[in-house]
Amino acid sequence: MAGTAVPGRLTWELAELVEVIVETPHVKTIVLDVPSWPGHRAGQHVDVRLTAADGYQAERSYSIASALDGTRVTLTVQRLEDGEVSPYLTDELRPGEKIELRGPIGGYFVWEPSDGGPLMLVAGGSGVVPLMAMIRTRAAAGDDTETRLLYSSRTPDDVIYRDELELLSGNGLTVVHALTDSQPPGWTSYARRVDAEMLAEVAPSPAERPRFYSCGPTPFVEAVAEAVVRLGHDSLAIKTERFGPTGR
Amino acid sequence: MDDLMLDGNAIAGLLREVFAVEMTTAIGTCGRCGTPGPVGAVHVYRGAGIVLRCSHCSNTLAKIVKSDSRVWIDLTGIRALEVTV
Repeated sequence: MAGTAVPGRLTWELAELVEVIVETPHVKTIVLDVPSWPGHRAGQHVDVRLTAADGYQAERSYSIASALDGTRVTLTVQRLEDGEVSPYLTDELRPGEKIELRGPIGGYFVWEPSDGGPLMLVAGGSGVVPLMAMIRTRAAAGDDTETRLLYSSRTPDDVIYRDELELLSGNGLTVVHALTDSQPPGWTSYARRVDAEMLAEVAPSPAERPRFYSCGPTPFVEAVAEAVVRLGHDSLAIKTERFGPTGR
Repeated sequence: MDDLMLDGNAIAGLLREVFAVEMTTAIGTCGRCGTPGPVGAVHVYRGAGIVLRCSHCSNTLAKIVKSDSRVWIDLTGIRALEVTV
């Protein structure tokens, strides 16, 4: 339930790596087992903490990609070349090894089937991750809330979850891709950045009172939020999650 | 617009550490323009410390500085904070 306070302080827990899935050249999904996992809602995130031998600690937040599935928690991580945490998670960590994690965290950028729709999800790059958790939660619940995902990627190779999104399409879910930098031969969908005109074409009308969730780099989310309001939607109808200039 | 700007979601873990409840759904009222809104939606800037700004008027709502052993919070710019318990 949105607005429900979760009492108690967060504690760091050990999470064991179960499996690594290569999504794109720069993005991997890590499947973790967290024995103490209390459950989560789509859109929530976890904090991951790494501690070096000299005691130096680095902490980062990662969106949960999976629907609720017992003690399994799935994160999809974009490898940042100069990152302190992501290269370790995507390249160094081996199945059976453990990392410290706390969560689930956040209650604002969250959707549950009981919240209803229509849902309008707008993703920039790896901003698709928490929105995928919403799509997976919807599918796992057998929910048919009208849902549209407008998903902007640079190139065809950068599209995360491409096959799964195709499989899940239908039954009220429509996926529209925008490829900004390069497109495959015969590409008929959008070949530019998300703008107001594109949102007007893809999103339900203001009269249908869609719930917008947008996640991506800060400039992307800012552009989407401005366009949504300009199209006549209520500024409170859009929830945003910005992850800065380079991903997180 | 500032490319380094984040939102309240980004510091949800830190806020939970301090307040021990989920704070992104708490409603904060800006001390300058009086606009209420969820903490998850405020603008957040990270530097040596963390600055929370009103998404409507950019007023500084709060400043947070964290070290290994303590957290310092200045809440001067927030008129009211409503938390669901």
